[in-house]
Amino acid sequence: MLSPILTVKQLTTCLQIGRERWTVVDHLDFNLYKGKTLALVGESGCGKSLTALSLLRILPTPPALPSTGEVIYQGENLLTFSEKEMRQLRGFKIAMIFQDPMSALNPVYTVANQLMEVAEIHLQLTPAEAWQKAYESLQAVGITQIEERLNAYPHQLSGGIKQRVMIAMALMCEPDILVADEPTTALDVTIQAQVLQLIKELQRNKGMALLLITHDMGVVAEMADEVIVMYTAQGIETGEVKAVFQHPGHPYTMGLFQSRPALTPKREKLHPIKGQVPPFNHLPPGCRFHPRCPYVMEKCRYGTVPEFVVDQSTHLAKCWLHDGTKESLWRWKHPDGGES
Amino acid sequence: MTPLLEVKHLKKYFPIYSGFFRRHVGDIRAVDDVSFIINPGEVLGMVGESGCGKSTVARTAIRLLEPTAGASYFKNSNIFTMTNQQLKQLRRHIQIVFQDPYASLNPRKTVRDNIGEALITHHLVQNMSEQIDWVAQTLEQVGLSPDVMSRYPHEFSGGQQQRICIGRAIALKPQLLICDEAVSALDVSIQAQILNLLLELKETMHLSYLFISHDLSIIRYLADQVIVLFAGQIVENRPTDELFADPQHPYTRTLLAAIPRLTPEPIGFTAT
Repeated sequence: MLSPILTVKQLTTCLQIGRERWTVVDHLDFNLYKGKTLALVGESGCGKSLTALSLLRILPTPPALPSTGEVIYQGENLLTFSEKEMRQLRGFKIAMIFQDPMSALNPVYTVANQLMEVAEIHLQLTPAEAWQKAYESLQAVGITQIEERLNAYPHQLSGGIKQRVMIAMALMCEPDILVADEPTTALDVTIQAQVLQLIKELQRNKGMALLLITHDMGVVAEMADEVIVMYTAQGIETGEVKAVFQHPGHPYTMGLFQSRPALTPKREKLHPIKGQVPPFNHLPPGCRFHPRCPYVMEKCRYGTVPEFVVDQSTHLAKCWLHDGTKESLWRWKHPDGGES
Repeated sequence: MTPLLEVKHLKKYFPIYSGFFRRHVGDIRAVDDVSFIINPGEVLGMVGESGCGKSTVARTAIRLLEPTAGASYFKNSNIFTMTNQQLKQLRRHIQIVFQDPYASLNPRKTVRDNIGEALITHHLVQNMSEQIDWVAQTLEQVGLSPDVMSRYPHEFSGGQQQRICIGRAIALKPQLLICDEAVSALDVSIQAQILNLLLELKETMHLSYLFISHDLSIIRYLADQVIVLFAGQIVENRPTDELFADPQHPYTRTLLAAIPRLTPEPIGFTAT
């Protein structure tokens, strides 16, 4: 196996509001590999975006407290870097694409201004060279009438073009790692397909590692090699996409699949996950999913749940169903069949 | 069978004014010659990309926006020639649920007032105790406890807020419900709950839907008939199964090809 380009160990981020403290990213582990895509998937508020922001250390402090754990890039822990060192890395070696291109681009500068700034800071180019670099970067993301676009302000561009400009900006310095936070959520399906295709191609050409954050299982299937399913700040299932999609191990992951109308015959009742995501100040003890889980057992109600192997060594789920005991095996076949 | 809603050659142009004297220099043709029919008990799906005029079609058809040309019949009476008094009568029978539940509820009114206000306007209740009973019954229909009546919209989660919006719409016992991206802002698991609710209400209250969405998998699941809208015009109007099996218009084909598939490779998903 290749050695990972970025290793994240036990990453934990807390927010402090007044006297209360919430853990919004809870002991997350993952590796990013060159040319591979890891997807973080989950519902809103599960901490996907905060994970990305913690990696790049761009959470506002306060309310965020400094993250603990380790983020190892080229043998060094990014969490111990000074702000100045971080700034040299961001947008250069680790770049990010945000969800909403309108609010991520500066509305009072032209596209050229914003692109040239990146080139001048990180690549130490002269303005003329930077202009050329900006031109080439827009060419690479498939934008036409480049001269015109370069002189435009963000509001003069359509959503798809703005997202392309964002991608161009992120890829200009040929980063090792690209973090894409819901890159296509604000776009139409047809544009989404184009943008995903573009990201895929650029990744193949340049061999970047991609951390893709999304709530759409369809996008995961299309893009990712590995996936982490998050629920209330924790990674609850991780594995190769194929394994997770074919044999989801955690009841929450199964629930996500069963909620999709695409997989249900027409007009038949959908099987949504009952209840709703608990708020951070009322997290249940034990497995955080147990009040909503159709497979709940007595041991789910307290303590912490270790990771168990589902069907192959890389496919893990934080769920007692896979501990191999008789009780769990029985429960696996009898969801909602009364208390066992 | 008399159609519930019949829209004929509907047009809505927004004028563009320019220059010092704000001269009328042209029009944006938001809706350009759109015709369709919704039969009682039917779900009509409407898809298209953002800005193609989906919402404008819905709003103009029921005269929330004044049309430029065309006609729209609700049970054979023309909505576009109605007087204000007749329109008010009509509003009872056609209700609408919007995309963003929080933005469409009055934040300074309690749930009871949000749902119950229209009951007073339409003289469906005579006094407060009748209003409370009616609202309690409505809340139960949308799966909320009647105890929440005195709470304010911000105290609820997005899914619950959308339930309140649906409650407000069905409180008047309408015949047609327009869902303008009603589940787009919700998470998948909550989305499934709301879709179940909408289907349930369709059966119990004999509702018809005009369901606007950009999510093709939802349209495929819900709709009997689908309209594909592109730049203000209908490019395809066919039964759902036919449309998904054999799209005719190039735009529909692009749209269908663009849906991310749920399988990493062409193998069937097997639930364990």
